[in-house]
Amino acid sequence: MLTHLPVLQVIVPLLAAPLCLLLTRSRLVWVFTLIVSGLAFVISGLLLQQVMATGTIIYELGGWDAPWGIEYRIDQLNALLLLIISGVSTVVLMAAHTSIRKEISPDRHSLFYILYLLSLAGMLGIVATADAFNVFVFLEISSLSAYALIALGKDRRALWASYQYLIMGTIGATFILIGIGLMYQMTGTLNMYDLSQRLPGVENTRTLFTAFSFFIVGVCLKLALFPLHLWLPNAYAYAPSIVTAFFAATATKVAIYLLIRFTFSIFGLSFSFTALPLQLLFVVLGLAGVFVASTSAIYQTNIKHLFAYSSIAQVGYMIIGFSVSTVTGLMATLLHMFNHALMKSALFLALGAVMYRFGSVKINDFHGLGRLMPYTMAAIVVGGISLIGVPLTVGFISKWYLLMALIEKGWWPVAVLILIGSLLAVVYVWRLVEVAYFKPPVAGNEAVKEAPLSFLIPIWLLVSANIYFGIDTRLSIQVAQAAAHSLFGVSP
Amino acid sequence: MTNLIPPGLILVLCALLIPCTRGYLRSLLLLGLPIFVLFLIWQVPDGTSLTIAFLEYSLQPIHGSAVGRLFATVFAIMLFAGNLFALGQARTTELTAAAVYAGSAICITLAGDLLSVFVFWEIMAIASTAVLWSAGTAESYRASIRYLLVHLLGGVILMIGIAGHVNETGSLVFTAMQTDSLAHWMILVGFLINAAAPPLSAWLADAYPEASPSGSVFLSAFTTKTAVFVLLQGFPGAEILIYIGLFMVFYGIIYALMENDMRRILAYSIVNQVGFMVTGIGIGTTMALNGVAAHAFTHIIYKALLLMSAGSVLYMTGKRKCTDLGGLFRTMPVTTACGIIGALAISAFPLTSGFISKSMISQAAFDEHLATIWLLLAAASAGVFLHAGIKFPWFVFFQKDSGLRPADPPLNMRLAMILFAALCIGLGVYPEPLYAILPYEVDYVPYTVHHVVAQLQLLLFAGLAFFVLLPQMKRTLTISLDFDWFYRRAFPFIIENIFSVIGKVYHPIQQSFFVRLNRGLAFISQRNGGTSRLLSHTYPAGSMVMWVTVILAVYLFLSFITH
Repeated sequence: MLTHLPVLQVIVPLLAAPLCLLLTRSRLVWVFTLIVSGLAFVISGLLLQQVMATGTIIYELGGWDAPWGIEYRIDQLNALLLLIISGVSTVVLMAAHTSIRKEISPDRHSLFYILYLLSLAGMLGIVATADAFNVFVFLEISSLSAYALIALGKDRRALWASYQYLIMGTIGATFILIGIGLMYQMTGTLNMYDLSQRLPGVENTRTLFTAFSFFIVGVCLKLALFPLHLWLPNAYAYAPSIVTAFFAATATKVAIYLLIRFTFSIFGLSFSFTALPLQLLFVVLGLAGVFVASTSAIYQTNIKHLFAYSSIAQVGYMIIGFSVSTVTGLMATLLHMFNHALMKSALFLALGAVMYRFGSVKINDFHGLGRLMPYTMAAIVVGGISLIGVPLTVGFISKWYLLMALIEKGWWPVAVLILIGSLLAVVYVWRLVEVAYFKPPVAGNEAVKEAPLSFLIPIWLLVSANIYFGIDTRLSIQVAQAAAHSLFGVSP
Repeated sequence: MTNLIPPGLILVLCALLIPCTRGYLRSLLLLGLPIFVLFLIWQVPDGTSLTIAFLEYSLQPIHGSAVGRLFATVFAIMLFAGNLFALGQARTTELTAAAVYAGSAICITLAGDLLSVFVFWEIMAIASTAVLWSAGTAESYRASIRYLLVHLLGGVILMIGIAGHVNETGSLVFTAMQTDSLAHWMILVGFLINAAAPPLSAWLADAYPEASPSGSVFLSAFTTKTAVFVLLQGFPGAEILIYIGLFMVFYGIIYALMENDMRRILAYSIVNQVGFMVTGIGIGTTMALNGVAAHAFTHIIYKALLLMSAGSVLYMTGKRKCTDLGGLFRTMPVTTACGIIGALAISAFPLTSGFISKSMISQAAFDEHLATIWLLLAAASAGVFLHAGIKFPWFVFFQKDSGLRPADPPLNMRLAMILFAALCIGLGVYPEPLYAILPYEVDYVPYTVHHVVAQLQLLLFAGLAFFVLLPQMKRTLTISLDFDWFYRRAFPFIIENIFSVIGKVYHPIQQSFFVRLNRGLAFISQRNGGTSRLLSHTYPAGSMVMWVTVILAVYLFLSFITH
């Protein structure tokens, strides 16, 4: 059983999805989905433990040897990502039953859970597999279900946002496929490890440069790097709250995983950073993303928009860490992936609670929210503080490592700029705090009550994780360090 | 207890109880808490008594030292008197914020590592902004945002400096540093911004006068003096501090002389006094550092006393401009007496606390044979007497009869003033207890014939100058910078002109900086303006695809030309 964990990680949610059709009652499907996701979480926990203890796990699907068969390879990087995805998915699902009652019509509830599980399976698959084409297949599974999930949003603009995401996402996936196809053409293999062995032989060909460019653009589109981020704010803002909380914490992370996996493990560090002036490009685009998106966030009146823009800014930080291309820099990126998943899932779930009570998340709804929904608002404040990067929250840990990486590298101006960028986060979080605690509720809202426990429990689980992992950093730092070391090929 | 949780943190946490209490219970909490914390401060032994592992470093949130204990003590005393003064008139937000503010300042004085310093540094910035904000006026709100921006910027610089320091040394321990690397320079700049050093001195006089009457009392004590503390710990003997300090000394005097708003006069005089301390840190001998510590102690008390008397006047009359006030001594005898004692103390009049502390810094300059600096400090002492020692009480309490007949303020405010006035005199007459807690052994006798006579001479001439020049001093807003009175102390003529030119050039630059800042803020707050539309515009899919094409083309181009 234990030896089959890598495949079970993906197969369990994938097979569970159609089973939802058999359970017609909404509550039943919810419990079933929650159990499946919980199971995936347990599996990823076991996998992480195993990887940290014994090193990379190689699993050959159906017993076929690579490179003919498909293999799953779990190292520290995958294991960390699997843990983030399944963990966030499980906690967010706890609130799903309550949340979707208000946002999705009852006849679509099972559909919602099916899509959710498919999307989960797709993301887990992308991360688990060691086959480049398999990546594309799972990418399509997760993306197609994501488009449908976003279209379920009750705002009519959800459909249009989903359509735009569909167009952009498909272009992104196609570019990635073109990249993979060109690589296949040059090497005749799709297995990642095999690719990494054979690519150096064809390193100086235009085909490979083209493959690399296509891949990078495709993946940057998926991870919403400025200026390819335009699809993201609407998609997040109009999707059902649960979907937003899940995607905001995981979807862009998966794309960043792909970027790291392909550049470090497949193309190789020296090729990746010389084929394109990637360092310069990513620092500039990352910083531009931080500043443009954070400034945009300040002006938003729809709070889901606000935090969606903030996600784009956070992606900027991760990309800056990546572009430093040192162990510390990569650690900063990995830590921020973990930490940002905790912040954003907590924040968007809290917004889900506001949505549940108010039916919208406009800034006007936040007037006096500190008194109306004290626990929800407190969660938003802690999440916001973490987002700013205040010590004793997870946000500080990743900012600190990023800062150290930049200073090690001697990039002082960038260090100054990222901290000034986080001051912008102070501004947009402050806007919320100001109206929530210092303004009276808007007329008609005075009677709004605190969110139900089914919301508060998962929200505060995530908020506590924000603080816990900001103080006890053993887990996140050990795993990130091990992953960064193994990617750089140095023994810790 | 004191090796588990820092005394300052107890204060911060207990501050959160203040909003939950009412009436006598609140008064008891407000007055009891500082005394309790003062007791705890003295239980902290020397050296590190609590170590917390964090990342790969160790934090030392409780680290006792003589100089830290001295600052912590005066902060606790200050909070007690400030709370007494504020009882019954300050808002709940202000009282809570002030306690958090004082608590985090105390935490800094007892912290042994840079990260703890940074954390409480930021809490202090936010708490002090809240103190400002609770004045409740539109002007104070705008001032508080400007204030916060300057301090957050300072925090950013400090943070990067700390990160660089850790990268170089691998340790977070807060020890004395040299100005030898970029990281250390950034730490120094971060500290100096809080000390109201140039070129960002203007934040202080911009913000403090907008606080409530009690708010400005709290504000005057903690931020700048914590900065003095960290400079004292981190950069003793850094030569550049001498020049920065001297600049601040004269900057404060010049602007205080030109000012008409009584609390703004006192705010500039804070810059001036902190300038003395920064100079002392720059000199860096044990005598100088003792002098700085002692001066910080006495300065907090007399400056708070001055601001309390100004606050009482504001509270009773609602007026803050010198030209609107005058003749209040008839009906406000206690306030007048306390104001005069504060004014004498700041002028370092013999038998007041200022005399026994400030003279130590001058003495240190003298001992080190820094003749120019000694002369400048002596000249500045005369300047202090002019702007704070005479100008403030004269225009507020005497001068013409403004026709106002306010009574003395309520009992608690009077008590707070009397307490601090007593401390000013007490420390002046009997300085030994203060000398006993200074960081280094004190080998200094303030009351020698030479000291007393020289100081009295200096003050006498300055006083004479004030009344000779009174007609000009009255037109406070249009006064031209004329430094006649310094000639008598053989102050080189050329330097005055330099300072007056700097004053004339510098002021508009600073003004325009703040005007721009204001415009920027106004611009940001117009959330429906053009920027908003530009930034949150929803793009059609076509334009997004165009971006993808452009980026792809650029990437392909780049990868082809680089090979």
